[in-house]
Amino acid sequence: MFFRNDRIPRFFLAWYGLLAAWLATTAMHIPDGYLSPATSLVMFLLVLPFWARGVQSLRQTANARSVPVIALAAAFSFLIMMFNIPLPGGTTGHAVGGALAAVVLGPEIAVIVISTALVIQAFFFGDGGILAIGANCFNMAVVLPYVAASVYRAVSADRPAASRRRAIGAGLGGWAGLTAAAFFAGLEFGIQPALFHTADGAPLYAPYPLSVALPAMVIPHALLASVAEGTVTALVVVYLQRANPAVFRFETAPELQPAAVPARQPRWRTQWILLAALACATPLGLLAPGTAWGEWNSQELVQRGLGFVPQGLARLENLWGAPFSGYSLPFSIDPALGYVLSAVLGVALIAFLAWLYTSLFVLGGSPESR
Amino acid sequence: MQRPVTSSRPRHSPDLIEKTLANLSGSMEQSLFAERIAHRSGLLQRLDPRTKVVAVLCLLLSVALSHSLIVLAGIYLLVLLLAWVSAVPLGFFVRRVWLLLPFFTALIALPAIFLTPGPPLAGLPLGIVITRTGVQAALFLLLRVAASVSTAVLLVLTTPWNTILNALGVLRVPEELILILGMTYRYIYLFLHLAGDLFLARRSRLVARLDPRAGRELVAASAGVLLSKSLQMSGEVYLAMQSRGFRGTPRTMDRFRLAPLDWAFATAVLLASAAAIWLGR
Repeated sequence: MFFRNDRIPRFFLAWYGLLAAWLATTAMHIPDGYLSPATSLVMFLLVLPFWARGVQSLRQTANARSVPVIALAAAFSFLIMMFNIPLPGGTTGHAVGGALAAVVLGPEIAVIVISTALVIQAFFFGDGGILAIGANCFNMAVVLPYVAASVYRAVSADRPAASRRRAIGAGLGGWAGLTAAAFFAGLEFGIQPALFHTADGAPLYAPYPLSVALPAMVIPHALLASVAEGTVTALVVVYLQRANPAVFRFETAPELQPAAVPARQPRWRTQWILLAALACATPLGLLAPGTAWGEWNSQELVQRGLGFVPQGLARLENLWGAPFSGYSLPFSIDPALGYVLSAVLGVALIAFLAWLYTSLFVLGGSPESR
Repeated sequence: MQRPVTSSRPRHSPDLIEKTLANLSGSMEQSLFAERIAHRSGLLQRLDPRTKVVAVLCLLLSVALSHSLIVLAGIYLLVLLLAWVSAVPLGFFVRRVWLLLPFFTALIALPAIFLTPGPPLAGLPLGIVITRTGVQAALFLLLRVAASVSTAVLLVLTTPWNTILNALGVLRVPEELILILGMTYRYIYLFLHLAGDLFLARRSRLVARLDPRAGRELVAASAGVLLSKSLQMSGEVYLAMQSRGFRGTPRTMDRFRLAPLDWAFATAVLLASAAAIWLGR
């Protein structure tokens, strides 16, 4: 929204190519200074329930044994980030190793393992910021393992340990997981200039809008770093199938399984379908002229014959600028599609907050927690 | 190490194994050097680690909250001053910080000076215009990253890692988590050695470069061995812990005491951060 395409000379497109190639060959640890403190705080809050869930499932299953399991797996996942992986085409890349942890240990425990490695990188090796630990953990320790594990499970559901589909599923999972993580990192970068800038419009943190940040993160990752992640995950799974197939029983070992989860209530599904239908119907509002009753702004008040603007209203009107003002997204898109996207984002945000609230309450009340 | 010369590939660039070995030994060397500085005598080395952790967080927060370039520059100078009075070699400190991150940040920030719309500052050929807001945006990113990274690196350089870990307790980080972080850090070194041995053993049996396919298989096999080893070793470590009386609650022998110097330093940093946040509104 800050500039139109015709204002980007070709020179800069080439520049972005170089930039993107660099981003793709490094692991995506966000340093301090790229995200506003508000964003960092929100990301931290988003990760908390996943940490709580990981610790809870560890306490239920492995208890005191969990300490060395996490410590050694985290040391491993730290180390794997230093390996150079030769890719088809002559380049090399680095993997995060999160998909492998998710495949072998399950996503709940992988969250804790990768977070530990990331905290150590931030504090002792200067890789990734300290305030940005929340954001980095969300991208690489939550999004990556959960996406990777769900792809892996979908592809290799209940196949024997030696099945070829396990390797394929792990590879696809690694690719999808890191690409999704890059998407979220791009999202976090891209919302900075619209939300945080000085009075005369200079961005305070990461300077590029979504239209630049998202492709700059997603495309090169999808082409390089995610390929490295997927390749390593698949090849290590192949190696382990040959050398140590017992590892695949680790995830399904009875002592590491959480207590039986009650079956999901079917009426939830109908509620979600209803919500989705409602969200898709939101562009209907575009057909109606005018503004919702009682939600006029000061100009509309004048047009409606009020004749003057109440002083307090005029003063307070610009106090809060919403990120999706008027339910349109901060980049140009077909208005109907924008409405649907806004609705989906809003529903997802509210559902997530509700889930966050309940899980924090439920977990916070457990007797082990202090 | 003597490099074997092959006729097919006369190019003298480090191969995959050498690059990985360099990565592994580089990170080990880096933290060994940090430990050496942490044992010199200087202002920050004399302080209680809890004071330092709190002070670093205050500084990071004031860097993150500042809306003023002058304040950011001021905080960066303050951190350099702290490094100087803590016997950290300044040339090394500046080089370590700038080679690490802000250099790449500068590359990322550079296009922003042309791409951010705003009042033009200077025109270049090809119709490219540098804008005032663009320069501001690039400087914000650069100074913020430089100040934050310097602060974090200064903490690591002046404090042995196990005392930082114990000091995290003051932030209400659960003790189990601190224990896990400590064990992870310790086993990283063991695995660094193991991985180094694995790669060196393979390297010493090579007379030509590995082709990419064999390279991938080597990396996967090494990773697989390390993963199996870490899972197997975690069982052994647990038995060892249990036989030494571990019952699930970690205990440390470090007893920290806050000296008047700590109170003075903490007050000074708190005042400075508050002033920076107020000035940089």
